Amino acid sequence: MKKLDRHYLLRHRDVAGIGTLKGYEADGGYSGLKKALSEFEPDALVDLVKASGLRGRGGAGFPTGLKWSFLAKDGRPRALVVNADEGEPGTFKDREIIEHNPHQLIEGMLIASYATRAPESFIYIRGEFLRGYEVLQQAIAEAMEGGYIGDKVLGTDFSHRMYLYRGAGAYICGEESALLESLEGRRGNPRLKPPFPAVAGVYGLPTVVNNVETIANLPPLILNGAEWHRQWGTEKSPGLKVMSVSGHVARPGNYEVPLDTTLRELIEMAGGVTPGHQVKAVIPGGSSMPLLPASKLDTSIDYESLVQAGSMLGSGGCIVMDDTTCIVAAVARVVRFYRDESCGKCTPCREGTYWMTDVLDRLEGGLGELDDLDTLLDVADNINGKAFCPLGDASVGFMVSAIRHFRDEFVEHITGRTCPLGARLYDTVNY
Amino acid sequence: MTPEEKAPGTPPDWDSDWAAWAAAAKAEYPRAQSALMPFLHRVQARDGWLRPEALDAAARYLELPRQYVESVVSFYSLFRTEPTGHRTIHVCVSLSCALAGSDALLHNLEETLGIRVGQTTPDGSYTLLEAECLAACDLAPACQVNLRYVGPVPPERFQTLLEEEVPTREEA
Repeated sequence: MKKLDRHYLLRHRDVAGIGTLKGYEADGGYSGLKKALSEFEPDALVDLVKASGLRGRGGAGFPTGLKWSFLAKDGRPRALVVNADEGEPGTFKDREIIEHNPHQLIEGMLIASYATRAPESFIYIRGEFLRGYEVLQQAIAEAMEGGYIGDKVLGTDFSHRMYLYRGAGAYICGEESALLESLEGRRGNPRLKPPFPAVAGVYGLPTVVNNVETIANLPPLILNGAEWHRQWGTEKSPGLKVMSVSGHVARPGNYEVPLDTTLRELIEMAGGVTPGHQVKAVIPGGSSMPLLPASKLDTSIDYESLVQAGSMLGSGGCIVMDDTTCIVAAVARVVRFYRDESCGKCTPCREGTYWMTDVLDRLEGGLGELDDLDTLLDVADNINGKAFCPLGDASVGFMVSAIRHFRDEFVEHITGRTCPLGARLYDTVNY
Repeated sequence: MTPEEKAPGTPPDWDSDWAAWAAAAKAEYPRAQSALMPFLHRVQARDGWLRPEALDAAARYLELPRQYVESVVSFYSLFRTEPTGHRTIHVCVSLSCALAGSDALLHNLEETLGIRVGQTTPDGSYTLLEAECLAACDLAPACQVNLRYVGPVPPERFQTLLEEEVPTREEA
């Protein structure tokens, strides 16, 4: 791992006052946009992003430049939508960027809009981010005042409008097509694909949907070039990543690291696991991802290595669980989240998450039966790959991996008729 | 005139306020169909909840079927169709917060306030709700009071949430 000399995404940690336009400009802010507008044709910017190897930071890891190049080329106006509906359990990186470094996001949006020839862009921010909404409102107003948003940006032929839109409490709206539904004033049910947003997105226009962190990568990338970006990480997973570390660590928080950092190094940066205890398991990329046992801590966080180890980078929400954690309780909690957040549109996800929660609650309460594990795996098998959108798949990864790695602990709950750790996460009255 | 444009302290003139907010929301986005949720947010920020008459107004002024308004409102957990307390407390119960004791925290709040999750105290002071991941696992157990973050709140320090210097809805 190459050590970082400074922050590039969490820039506010090195430079005070960067949240305002004046402070951001004083630190060289908006020079990436200036360079993009004066030195690049839009297509050349797309090529630069492709060459950098930047991949989407929202969870899927799809190459950003390639995504941009899929936009329908039929003369219709295009749109950029930024997904600020951060809500994957374990992930809180976008919140920090939005609240403390909003102009880097706005600058990145302007660069992406110029590159994709989008006259309008939208930020869809979750309703709970009231502070973030206010910060962005202010920052957008400042950027308009400063001539970065509006007609003839910085005297060029590029004109742009930016809109800010609040969600109202629905994890599913982080799924891009559900987000677009919500942005158009409807229930956040996912859309049937195809057509993909690149062909018919917001208001039916060809649309790019990118994550906050992906967009925040653009200003330094444009300024410094593709090779600069590739100095970090691996060949296939270059660049920097903001990892959210939480759970049983001394200093939970966001850590901006090169993509070839190992999980062990990351946990050390976060002050290490609870003193006197050992790591039992880690979810490297948010609760939708399979867990990794302690034996895999030397895995690098790049997309490929984590897949090889049996999990995924996802959104970079790293949840550390020490040896006091009851895995069954943790799984029950995570699956309950998906039950509550399932939009209800398709049967496998709506019914499956309900029944898995039911069985897991019984198991954790000491009322499980030996065939419950087969039932759980069978239900999971009937959700995985068979649900309408990725939320269904997301609900089973952690559970299936937990049963694989900690089967004995599940069995002990059944044969012992109680949680062996006595560490029940929850109160029965709240089911 | 929207309520924000009126002199401070002007009492609500329900229907004309709703009409003004609807018109403002329609003008704010490229297509009028995007106006519904911004309208509902404005109404709820002032009134604390979405009374049936406000949903009627949404349908009337945004030219939407009343059932459509209802279907949108019922989908999103932040939209409330019952009166809420002056302070709405959300306790995050997702994994990182659960590992840090969010269930015990909720339990302590229930005992102290004498209500269950989902309820409002009889005097209208507090509404207690569970939240799914608030994207603040670094503050675990994380909470929000009127959508302002408070955390970490260890279970034994539940009192912080009741005293916290967060403005009530009316003061915000």
